[in-house]
Amino acid sequence: MYRYDEFDATMVAERAAQFRGQVARRLSGELSEEEFKPLRLMNGLYLQLHAYMLRVAIPYGTFSSRQMRRLAHAARKYDKGYGHFTTRQNIQYNWPALVDVPDLLDDLAEVEMHAIQTSGNCIRNVTSDQYAGAAADEVEDPRPWCEIIRQWSTFHPEFSFLPRKFKIAVTASDNDRAAVRVHDIGLRLHKNAGGDTGFEVIVGGGLGRTPYVGHTIRDFLPKEHLLSYLEAILRVYNLEGRRDNLYKARIKILVNAEGAERFRGLVEEEWAQIRSSGIDLLREEIERIHAYFEAPAFEKLPGESVALNAQRDGNGEFDRWLRVNTVAHKIPGYAIANISLKPIGGIPGDISAAQMEAVADLADQFSFDEIRATHEQNLVLPHVRKEDLFKVWRVLKAAGLATANIGLVSDIIACPGLDYCTLANTRSIPIAQRISERLADLDEQESLGELKIKISGCINACGHHHVGHIGILGVDKKGEEFYQVTLGGSAGEDASIGEIVGRGLSSGDVVDAVEKLVQFYKSERNDGERFLDVYRRIGADPFKEALYAAA
Amino acid sequence: MQLLKLSSHGRGRISPALEEPSQEVSLDEWRNNPQAHADATALVIPNDASVADIKKDVSGFDVVILDFPQFKDGRAYSQARLIRERMEYSGEIRARGGVLRDQLLFMVRCGFNAFEFGDVGAADAALREFTFAYQPAADSVAPIWRQRLAHARAA
Ligand code: SF4
Repeated sequence: MYRYDEFDATMVAERAAQFRGQVARRLSGELSEEEFKPLRLMNGLYLQLHAYMLRVAIPYGTFSSRQMRRLAHAARKYDKGYGHFTTRQNIQYNWPALVDVPDLLDDLAEVEMHAIQTSGNCIRNVTSDQYAGAAADEVEDPRPWCEIIRQWSTFHPEFSFLPRKFKIAVTASDNDRAAVRVHDIGLRLHKNAGGDTGFEVIVGGGLGRTPYVGHTIRDFLPKEHLLSYLEAILRVYNLEGRRDNLYKARIKILVNAEGAERFRGLVEEEWAQIRSSGIDLLREEIERIHAYFEAPAFEKLPGESVALNAQRDGNGEFDRWLRVNTVAHKIPGYAIANISLKPIGGIPGDISAAQMEAVADLADQFSFDEIRATHEQNLVLPHVRKEDLFKVWRVLKAAGLATANIGLVSDIIACPGLDYCTLANTRSIPIAQRISERLADLDEQESLGELKIKISGCINACGHHHVGHIGILGVDKKGEEFYQVTLGGSAGEDASIGEIVGRGLSSGDVVDAVEKLVQFYKSERNDGERFLDVYRRIGADPFKEALYAAA
Repeated sequence: MQLLKLSSHGRGRISPALEEPSQEVSLDEWRNNPQAHADATALVIPNDASVADIKKDVSGFDVVILDFPQFKDGRAYSQARLIRERMEYSGEIRARGGVLRDQLLFMVRCGFNAFEFGDVGAADAALREFTFAYQPAADSVAPIWRQRLAHARAA
């Protein structure tokens, strides 16, 4: 993992001190709320329906036990004993008092954490594959490049007042777990014919009001030129992106208005001017950052654990958790263990301070001190010895963290919605809770296979409904909460935007609707077909019919 | 509105400017009829103007004024860098409009060295809030990664 040196530590400490000054000016009345707003928004502090909300960055989703313990401490001291993991691999606190926020940030700074650029029209926290450095299917660990992007983008003087927020995601696997095709910039590390690794650069994807799958503007960018190429893209966007209409200000609108070809031309032209101007890091610094991400001291182990095979025999519950929540690791004898933050009927992404500490202890003991946050609002222990999995599972189970539903129908992404968010049309969380309760049976869930439900409480699409196999969007119809269903979206390497199917449904009907869709899928599927596969094979109409047929 | 100036590029001292107000001309007026504006000293460039071919326009002026119609409209940051770095313009680049305390450091790093901003004490404090910078820009500050390399090589 990356560790701060004196420079990084000074940056974060100075930022915390600066923000303390800004809060003091607000509290003394020197700044009005209106004047304070742009300042707090540069530092992840939102004013929500009932209180302030602070969003803390977890760069590319990687953090340590020590950091998790500090997050638990902050949840207890400054919140109501909870935190909430988001779709940006961040954590949010929903109830801090303004006067306490500077202390909270100081507490975080001590463990190399901050809220820098978790909001505002700047380059946001860079996200990545939650299995980075552990996945059997990756070309190389993408995180050194994420860290390089983090540093370059932090307080970038030219790009702190962009037309709109700007999100970059990086993957190094053909199985895209970072949703790179629906980001402002998506980067895919891959090998070219000559055996070198470089980036495919994808621009102009995004969700929100007008969803787009991004365009590849470069198939292969040599890695060492990453920063100058990003700077060229951002400069074109900063100068040319629309500023007259909030809803047309994201880079996706510019790319699609110009056309991907012309946009590529603008970027390449700018890049030609700056590629040798000293933006790109020298090899020594690239290597220095890579050294932080060297693989931990894995043991030489047999691929199969005899103990594990004995433990799973006769323990159906543990066996299911292994099947559903663990993933192949690149090192024999190890596994990647997912921790679901989606208990049946629970609030997606919520975690108590005690649960955070349980996860911290597990990471400490069994996963080389590493934890990952996922964009699907779950956690990961990336490097667990197979023979330790049973111990890990028992602790998780005791902590209420062993729900075996990763990737299944109750592993729902939901935005905060009307329970917290000032922009919401509808609630999201209770819909997620009711769907999960309705389809609670884990045997049934497992037999349904991969099925991604994503719920947003308004068109801003924080719950990624456009890329849900089943998406649910809250709309306001004459003051009443309605839900629009979309089908066939995907955030993966086969990215697609879901299609709206028919009229909105009341909150009472939407859970029934999901159940009907699921039943219909079951009746239509061939062996091995996921929900998404069936939808792509037979199209929207039969699903619509099933959904709206008179009961 | 008070005008503050930096004593030098990068992170010099900031203080109120004393000299006479400059004679301004807009980019359009200047391009339409340069003869009529021969005595102008400051070129005012709107933030939606392309600065790609502006080198010969700016070269005769002591002052270039870039506009922030609102503080959050950040186009002039890029314009300033292009004028300072690519056009190698060495005169005054002045920020006008939505110029807030907490943006001054970003502006300095992008090549601005004059600000229509009222509070010299606040400006001075704002420019001292950060010791380092992660990335190169139009100021002379070496990015953190170069400082790291220098330390490593010295060790
Ligand atoms: S999608 Fe809408 S309701 Fe949900 S969090 Fe985003 S802005 Fe709020």
